[in-house]
Amino acid sequence: MDALLPSTMPNATAESKPAPPAVPAVSARGLSIFFGNKAVLKNVTIDIAARAVTAIIGPSGCGKSTFLRSINRMHELNPDARMEGEIRLFGDNIYSRDVEPVVVRRRVGMVFQKSNPFPTMSIAENVTVGLRLNGLRDKKLLTERTEQSLRMAALWDEVKDRLHAPAISLSGGQQQRLCIARALAVQPEVLLMDEPASALDPLATQKIEDLIIELKKDYTIVIVTHNMQQAARSSDFTAFFYLGDLVEFGATTRIFTNPTQKRTEDYVTGRFG
Amino acid sequence: MTAHNHHWRKAKNGLMQSLTCVCAVLVILPLLLVFFQLVARGASSLNWAFFTQLPKPAGEAGGGMANAIAGTFVLMLLASTLGVPVGVLGGVFLSEYSHRHLNWWIRFGADVINGVPSITWGMVVYALMVLPMKGFSLLAGAVVLGLMMIPLIMRTTEEVLQLVPTGYREAALALGIAQWRVISQIVLRTALKGIITGVMLALARVGGETAPLLFTAFGNAYWTHRLTEPVAALPLQIFNYAISPYDDWHRQAWAGALVLILLVSSINVCVRVLTRDRFAKRGS
Repeated sequence: MDALLPSTMPNATAESKPAPPAVPAVSARGLSIFFGNKAVLKNVTIDIAARAVTAIIGPSGCGKSTFLRSINRMHELNPDARMEGEIRLFGDNIYSRDVEPVVVRRRVGMVFQKSNPFPTMSIAENVTVGLRLNGLRDKKLLTERTEQSLRMAALWDEVKDRLHAPAISLSGGQQQRLCIARALAVQPEVLLMDEPASALDPLATQKIEDLIIELKKDYTIVIVTHNMQQAARSSDFTAFFYLGDLVEFGATTRIFTNPTQKRTEDYVTGRFG
Repeated sequence: MTAHNHHWRKAKNGLMQSLTCVCAVLVILPLLLVFFQLVARGASSLNWAFFTQLPKPAGEAGGGMANAIAGTFVLMLLASTLGVPVGVLGGVFLSEYSHRHLNWWIRFGADVINGVPSITWGMVVYALMVLPMKGFSLLAGAVVLGLMMIPLIMRTTEEVLQLVPTGYREAALALGIAQWRVISQIVLRTALKGIITGVMLALARVGGETAPLLFTAFGNAYWTHRLTEPVAALPLQIFNYAISPYDDWHRQAWAGALVLILLVSSINVCVRVLTRDRFAKRGS
């Protein structure tokens, strides 16, 4: 477990950034996932680049959320789930027998479609909950990390005067940015976002998209979206899933302007889906 | 839509609304009747002596139920130390750990047990504890009440935990928080109010039990000093006084019933105030 942990501590605000590692952030090989007898993902092989935004698109039920959740082993919450193949996180096999899901999830954070700040906690407590419940007690460090995370989530200026107010007193868009701050506070290497803006109004959506572009300087981001414009605007790479297959994967500009697959073209031009 | 039709709809709406209102009032009506009856008959016998003195022998006027009040209080406290942890943790297991077949049997068992008449509980504990220990005792009374609390608390805990949105569990797990911490720090905290309500209902239910105590705590005209001695309890004392031929004892029985209701409601209020949700909006 300790062998995996050191890499969870990159200093996000470091002045001199190391060169992007040659290893892909996430690399799946022959990944298939079944719920009971139903194959939801079929033999997916993909390399997701570090410090870039990769968008996962596709019609409902194509397996894109399941793919996203397999990267931090959240799909295992379904007791009927079964997987084949492998996923490596910066080279480490996250499904290796001696790796606990808890450790994987500290390295791979997640933001959900519906914002879900903890209602019993204040804004500040929500930000630090991942650290506190993993045993961090240092008050000074917690305070520092609160500000740092809220700044990264572009929420600091709006909440700095009411850090101890209940988290649920924030607006929907603010709550979602709080959830992003909460995920960033544990300093993950990869941030998964499952339709993070689909329940928000256009202005709040805009803020989240700006934030995604800002965050890719330090983080690897994988985002599932139903919104083609969002994928085109904010991602560097796009993967198109259909009925459990990875149909096409490449630079976003190419996927949207010059797809090689007929199904991709039909989907991105809005002919189906 | 014709005007006639519109009026008819409004009338129907008004009728149904009044009907639901009447039914809602009918629910609290018996409560008010019971309470007024208790106050009318019992309040006059409530005095300082009632709370501080032991019962007087039959025929002598005065005396109180101090030992029965304390006995009920201690019985409820001891019963809670058995019923609350086992009930809450059992509820956590049913709600948070999926173990389909085992859960089905536990739920089925808890529901059956909830339906077992309380006097049966008394007999079971009589056979398992009172006979081997060769005597009625406070401990046996606490055990029987605690056992009765377990399935009640377990089922309500399970139900309120199920009401906690899955999103909170997922968010916490996705932060790399271990499952037992997710449960204890996030899920249980979110559901705390509901769990407390369940515990209060269970306490109120067993606090008024008489039949199982007849076989276990038995009752006592004096103070109880040890766990192994019989103990007085309000319901027992009320029962004994109510079936007696003395008017004075009848009055004291009414007063005892009033105190029992006040005791249960004041515990309820205290626990609610102490565990108040710090973000609760005023008035909710």
